[in-house]
Amino acid sequence: MIAFRIVRTIKVGLKSLMLHKLRSVLTALGVIFGVCSVIAMLSIGEGAGWEAQQQIKLLGSNNIIIKSVKPPEEEVANVERSRLLMYGLTYKDAERIATTVPAVRVVVPMKKMDKDVYFGSRRVSTRVVGTVPWYPDIANFQVARGRFITFTDMSRKKNICALGEGIARKLFTYMDPLGKQVKVGPDYFTVVGIMEQRAVVKKEGQENLNLDIYLPLSTARERYSDLNVKRTAGTFEMERVELKQITVRVNDVENVPITAKIIRHILKKFHKKMDYELIVPLELLHQAEKTKRIFNIVLGSIAAISLLVGGIGIMNIMLASITERTREIGVRRALGAKKKDIILQFLVETVVLSAGGGIVGVLLGVTIPSLVTYFADMRTIVTAWSLMLAFGISAAIGVIFGLYPASRAANMDPIEALRHE
Amino acid sequence: MKIAEVIDLKKTYHLGGITVEALRGLTLSFEEGDFVAIMGPSGSGKSTLLNLLGCLDRPTSGEYYLGGEDVSQLTDDELSEIRSRKLGFIFQSYNLIQQLSVLENIEVPLVYQGVSPAECKERSTKIAEMVGLGGRLNHRPAELSGGEQQRVAIARAIVNDSLIILADEPTGNLDSATGAEILSVLSSLNEEGKTILMVSHDEKVAALARSIIRLKDGMVVNGSQLG
Repeated sequence: MIAFRIVRTIKVGLKSLMLHKLRSVLTALGVIFGVCSVIAMLSIGEGAGWEAQQQIKLLGSNNIIIKSVKPPEEEVANVERSRLLMYGLTYKDAERIATTVPAVRVVVPMKKMDKDVYFGSRRVSTRVVGTVPWYPDIANFQVARGRFITFTDMSRKKNICALGEGIARKLFTYMDPLGKQVKVGPDYFTVVGIMEQRAVVKKEGQENLNLDIYLPLSTARERYSDLNVKRTAGTFEMERVELKQITVRVNDVENVPITAKIIRHILKKFHKKMDYELIVPLELLHQAEKTKRIFNIVLGSIAAISLLVGGIGIMNIMLASITERTREIGVRRALGAKKKDIILQFLVETVVLSAGGGIVGVLLGVTIPSLVTYFADMRTIVTAWSLMLAFGISAAIGVIFGLYPASRAANMDPIEALRHE
Repeated sequence: MKIAEVIDLKKTYHLGGITVEALRGLTLSFEEGDFVAIMGPSGSGKSTLLNLLGCLDRPTSGEYYLGGEDVSQLTDDELSEIRSRKLGFIFQSYNLIQQLSVLENIEVPLVYQGVSPAECKERSTKIAEMVGLGGRLNHRPAELSGGEQQRVAIARAIVNDSLIILADEPTGNLDSATGAEILSVLSSLNEEGKTILMVSHDEKVAALARSIIRLKDGMVVNGSQLG
């Protein structure tokens, strides 16, 4: 029965590996390392890519975010003394975009100022954001309790506010903020709503939305001039900015690129300096995907090379092993082994080495990302396809790099082999 | 019954431009139960003849009938099949597989026939006992004396009910006492009906066979029948 013969031959191959345990392990090391590092690296890459994508998704892929930025040349001159600097997006810009750009569904202008907010004796230095009632829909950021700004608030320039979850907690701790009044500058604002908790993005330069306080734009415009005083260590700056940010929602994600182009064109026409910047989350998303793809290709190449080296190592050891066992091969042939029996015997050794190495590599490759996440606090995602790919390739390596030595063994002339050594 | 017959067997080697005619047309036949010693100086072609009779090589021309079947032009796979079923080899340096036990070594021809592990073990154990190795079944070749190793080789050569045992200087690595033991084992196998073809350069060893074929320069020179 062929089955018996095959099983016995496989056992012979395995036995041979067990006889030289250290040698087998060292030979498989190349594959183990290659597989393990591929999985670990891919998981780190996937994790980082996912994080990036989530951040971008939070911004909204249908959105175009226009921010006022301090124009660069003024920066240097501002170092030594305090100066009044006027720049950025204007109410007129918002109006223009809302009325003239097709495919724009909604425009959300935002005015941001740094102010101290008081409740009783407690004080929080934070950002006051003056905006419109439809801000929560655009920003995917809803009220958790109470309500947001309404049209009535806007038209009547009411002194109401909505608090971010973080600032509500800081000012009110366990008290219910709704209905109470907070003081910003000389004015008091009644709290009508608390925002839901927003995931804090762990990157510098990103704002923590939970600490913001929201006022109707009309109220903010009236109560606070566009003058913003910033006290940073050592300097004392004053700037005049009408709108710090305009968020534009495009009606269809397909129209985002062309709309961005139009907006850039409009702004360029009416701004003398580059005192604004466009953030198009969709573009960022594409960029992130492209980066991820390149990353994966680079990783894949490194992995391919290391697996190749591992395979060559296996082939090398097998060739040496076969030379050592030339006599044995001759004897087996004399006793009736066919060429394919010999090939199977040695192929079993290489495949077990490489597949075994692959399994160990996979096991290691799965534990390392967990360690990375634990110690470096980075998200890692191990995907099933990376495991299967790595294992599949390692097994294939065993066959490919084992075929040459095995066929050399099989094609030895039995008479020559018997005379060997 | 003719168990093996060669007709005008020729073997020519081409080694780097030089042509060597190892066998120049031998015609021989062997009956079942023969015990033949093949003798001759080195270069006479006796090893070549043994290799051809053992189906380890194919003749350049001529015919070889083994057990009535023409095996001269078979494929490599078919010859391997023949070796595992119909032939048994005994070498001067025993050629046992070091990593296998005595029992496993004896089983090898049966494994390559595809026999079940249970049957392999049963038959090999019986044969091992026949040659007096019953108590050494799990030992490795390295743990055996030369004589014991050669007995393993003999067991291996008969476990498959081979038609012919081909022995190449079976006592070459053994002292005279042990050598005599081995030859007596072969003789008793022959008395039970086994056909044995033995190559030897030692006249005393050859004398224990029942006939001698002498080769010189690839041709038979003098066959003599003994007792």
